[in-house]
Amino acid sequence: MTPEVRGLPLVAQAEGVARGTWKSRDLVEAYLDRIARLDKRIGAFLLVDAEGARRAADSIDRKVAAGEAVGPLGGVPVGLKDIFVTRGIETTAGSKILKGFIPPYESTATARLAAAGAVRLGKLNMDEFAMGSSNENSAFFPVHNPWDLGRVPGGSSGGAAAAVAASLCAGTLGTDTGGSIRQPAALCGVVGIKPTYGRVSRYGVIAFASSLDHPGPFGRTVEDAAALLEVVAGHDPMDSTSIPQPAGRYRAASKTGIAGMRLGVPKEYFQAGMDPEVEAAVRAALDELGRAGATLLPVSLPHTEYAIATYYLICTAGASSNLARYDGVRYGHRTAEAHSLEELYGKTRGEGFGAEPKRRIVLGTYVLRAGYYEAYYGKALRVRRLIANDFAAAFAEVDALVAPVSPTPAFKLGERLSDPLQMYLGDIYTVAPPLAGVPALSQCCGFTKSGLPIGLQTIGPALGEEAVFRVAGAYEARTDWHRRLPEDPA
Amino acid sequence: MSTLDYEAVIGLEVHVQLATRSKIFSVSSAEFGGEPNQHTDPVCLGLPGALPVLNRQAVDMTVRLGLAVKSHIRPRCRFARKHYFYPDLPKGFQISQYDEPLCEGGAVTFRLDGEVRQVRLTRIHMEDDAGKNIHDSSGVSFVDFNRAGVPLCEIVSEPDLRSAEEAAEYLRAVRTLVRYLGISDGNMEEGSLRCDANVSIRPRGASRLGTKTELKNINSFKHVRDAIEHEIARQKALVGRGEAVVQETRLWDPDRGMSAPMRSKEEAHDYRYFPEPDLPPVVVDEAWLAAARVALPELPEARHARLLGLGLSAQDVSVLVAERPIGDYFDRALAAAPAHPKKLANWLINEVLGRVADARQLVDPDVPVPPAALAELVELVEQGTLSGKLGKEVFARMWQERRRAGEIVAAESVSLVSDTAVIEEACRRVVERSPDEVARYRGGNAKLMGFFVGNVMKETGGKANPKLVNEILRKLLA
Repeated sequence: MTPEVRGLPLVAQAEGVARGTWKSRDLVEAYLDRIARLDKRIGAFLLVDAEGARRAADSIDRKVAAGEAVGPLGGVPVGLKDIFVTRGIETTAGSKILKGFIPPYESTATARLAAAGAVRLGKLNMDEFAMGSSNENSAFFPVHNPWDLGRVPGGSSGGAAAAVAASLCAGTLGTDTGGSIRQPAALCGVVGIKPTYGRVSRYGVIAFASSLDHPGPFGRTVEDAAALLEVVAGHDPMDSTSIPQPAGRYRAASKTGIAGMRLGVPKEYFQAGMDPEVEAAVRAALDELGRAGATLLPVSLPHTEYAIATYYLICTAGASSNLARYDGVRYGHRTAEAHSLEELYGKTRGEGFGAEPKRRIVLGTYVLRAGYYEAYYGKALRVRRLIANDFAAAFAEVDALVAPVSPTPAFKLGERLSDPLQMYLGDIYTVAPPLAGVPALSQCCGFTKSGLPIGLQTIGPALGEEAVFRVAGAYEARTDWHRRLPEDPA
Repeated sequence: MSTLDYEAVIGLEVHVQLATRSKIFSVSSAEFGGEPNQHTDPVCLGLPGALPVLNRQAVDMTVRLGLAVKSHIRPRCRFARKHYFYPDLPKGFQISQYDEPLCEGGAVTFRLDGEVRQVRLTRIHMEDDAGKNIHDSSGVSFVDFNRAGVPLCEIVSEPDLRSAEEAAEYLRAVRTLVRYLGISDGNMEEGSLRCDANVSIRPRGASRLGTKTELKNINSFKHVRDAIEHEIARQKALVGRGEAVVQETRLWDPDRGMSAPMRSKEEAHDYRYFPEPDLPPVVVDEAWLAAARVALPELPEARHARLLGLGLSAQDVSVLVAERPIGDYFDRALAAAPAHPKKLANWLINEVLGRVADARQLVDPDVPVPPAALAELVELVEQGTLSGKLGKEVFARMWQERRRAGEIVAAESVSLVSDTAVIEEACRRVVERSPDEVARYRGGNAKLMGFFVGNVMKETGGKANPKLVNEILRKLLA
């Protein structure tokens, strides 16, 4: 039987494979067909590994036929943001400087997906080195929002969000540094979770800002995201910042309900400048959570106003450091002609990096220069501590926080390109959780009159993914937003 | 002011490659050599997405060094990224330590011309080594990353050294120490011990430091001495001409015997240090320190003092202390023959060391004459069972045949004749056939005793116990 994969949850797909209702190969062919028909309009995939996916699917199908276990994600086709290093498969981080780079090793998160039986369909488009909020910073081509092809899908994991929204694969992995999972999830109307820092290994995830980079999944439903996170989370000795606790039972948590939960509504997340349709949808969602049995309490995160400045000091410093290795000596792009070492570096990096990485490398180099460490980076670390303390204080009172994700719905392609500062300010509700390292999930809580999705953010305490999944699962169970699908582009 | 009135002020930065099995942040072998890029992995190649994982053995070795020089070991230290671009630096930064090094303070003690010197240390920190650029004669350059990620500890001294000779001796003491601790082979030729020198001069008696230069590429004890001597002379000449010393980094060219400027203060790197976000702080707790302390061997300076206390000559002690296996051999022999430290030292230095190319061969359980066997031989000589000359012959056979002295003596009756009757008989024969010499001896020519002893030895085929021969002759000639 060939299933209709459009809108079909990942969890249901895995169950169908395990029960023999359909084959993994059928799912793969269905998605390959959709990608072939639709993705030239969306631009979610940078690379489709059709042969590899067919081989992996056939192997799963043989196991099912032989009665062997195929893992919790057995046979489910997934896509990977092109920031995850994949052995033998080109990995670019959306940058020309890594064009042609074939990694000799596999990231921990993608290896765990494969071990759980997931089938890798291909690599997903992204803002170059995860720097951006619109996916327009991809060095190759932009991603179009499946809900309105003239609009951005958000970023930097725009391909990962759009691929799930457009049913081009069952689930995806992305990364979130300042909102790069939650904001595109909101703008594309899917579920995305940035877990606790260290919950998912960064080994094999191309670094942007090491202390802020959080790998995490996208799913069509809360349970899909939970199922993916259960597989990729857990301690990894290859990442020294990985936390020792094993993954939690997130699928179960998503069905527990929220009766008696105390949910905080941070006043700093409802400020002037928010799109009225977004605010209305989020406030309606809060009411719905109240009806579901939660108590809503006003809370304050007083250092929120410093979050964007703090974030951009820390992330640009990290970028200038992490991107130093792209020098044309060992792998990736090397300039065709250089007559000195300095010229090799200058031309390779000048040609290889796009405008946004260059801007952040320059800013980060400035931030870290001798004699100014305390004025910028040192101070940013201290403010980061205050922001984390804000969350800790709030979580002494409440079990989770609920808030908007993005102050606006998806904006038009090109609209903010000429104004990087405006683009940075769009991150206002997403940058604080990664600074604090706490988990946060984005899910759809409504649509604008013009049909654009609006996101609801649930933020939990460190290691409190279960609380986040409880809230998100309860909300989803009472609403139908997640069932809405964008029209397939003609 | 004449240049004679200036004194040199020198501080050394010594890089020691730690003898861990794997690299400091990854799994590849840290061993020297191999095919180019044989010992590499995603981490030490700086591949995208690779992350460092700290090798605790490297920390433990640095802790041992810190304890040995009485540094303060930080209970919590951290790594920092030090940025610069160079083809042999795969990540575009070195993972080093900056404001929170593992060890602070401490001192290295050594002897120069018998006098105890102490050089204070600023700090000892850990970092990863870079790879190696190889330039082909055709103008093509290659990079070998086998060395990239090999653990280093950098020992930074205070400017307490005053001469090139003293600097070289300090460096030797550092090498001896790291070898004693078993944390490095300290081999300058293979680059497991490397050194940069900061040199300045100032009027003797002044307390302010002069402008310093940093000398790089001084990778043998001879180069250290030559380069520093040359630099002191160069600075004195500059000042003598009324010119100023320029703060700069200079590269020593051992072939030409001179240094050349590498980069000036203005061209100095801005390393943009910041805390390494991929590594949590390193916590060294009391239990770790206690275990490391227990594992420390007797250190060279303590051994030096102890052996001098046994009445050994300063020269012998220097030889015994210079390499840990020599001193260990001596101590084990001494435990078996505690009454004869000087004799043991002589035998060890003259006979044993003359037969091994490298002191490390002494720790081999297969060393042909183990310490207890040497002690047994020395006892036989000292008891008079063997003469010194016979002892040497027996030693040669012990080394050759891997047999114990007692065994050789018993099996082949090479021992000295100590039978008083036999010796007395031989002495009488010699005295009787030499009336003239007897008369002259009795007339006061005491030197003739040698003549009588020699003849008795001939009579007995060299096997008579010389002590008894002397005693009996004295009686007969009285």
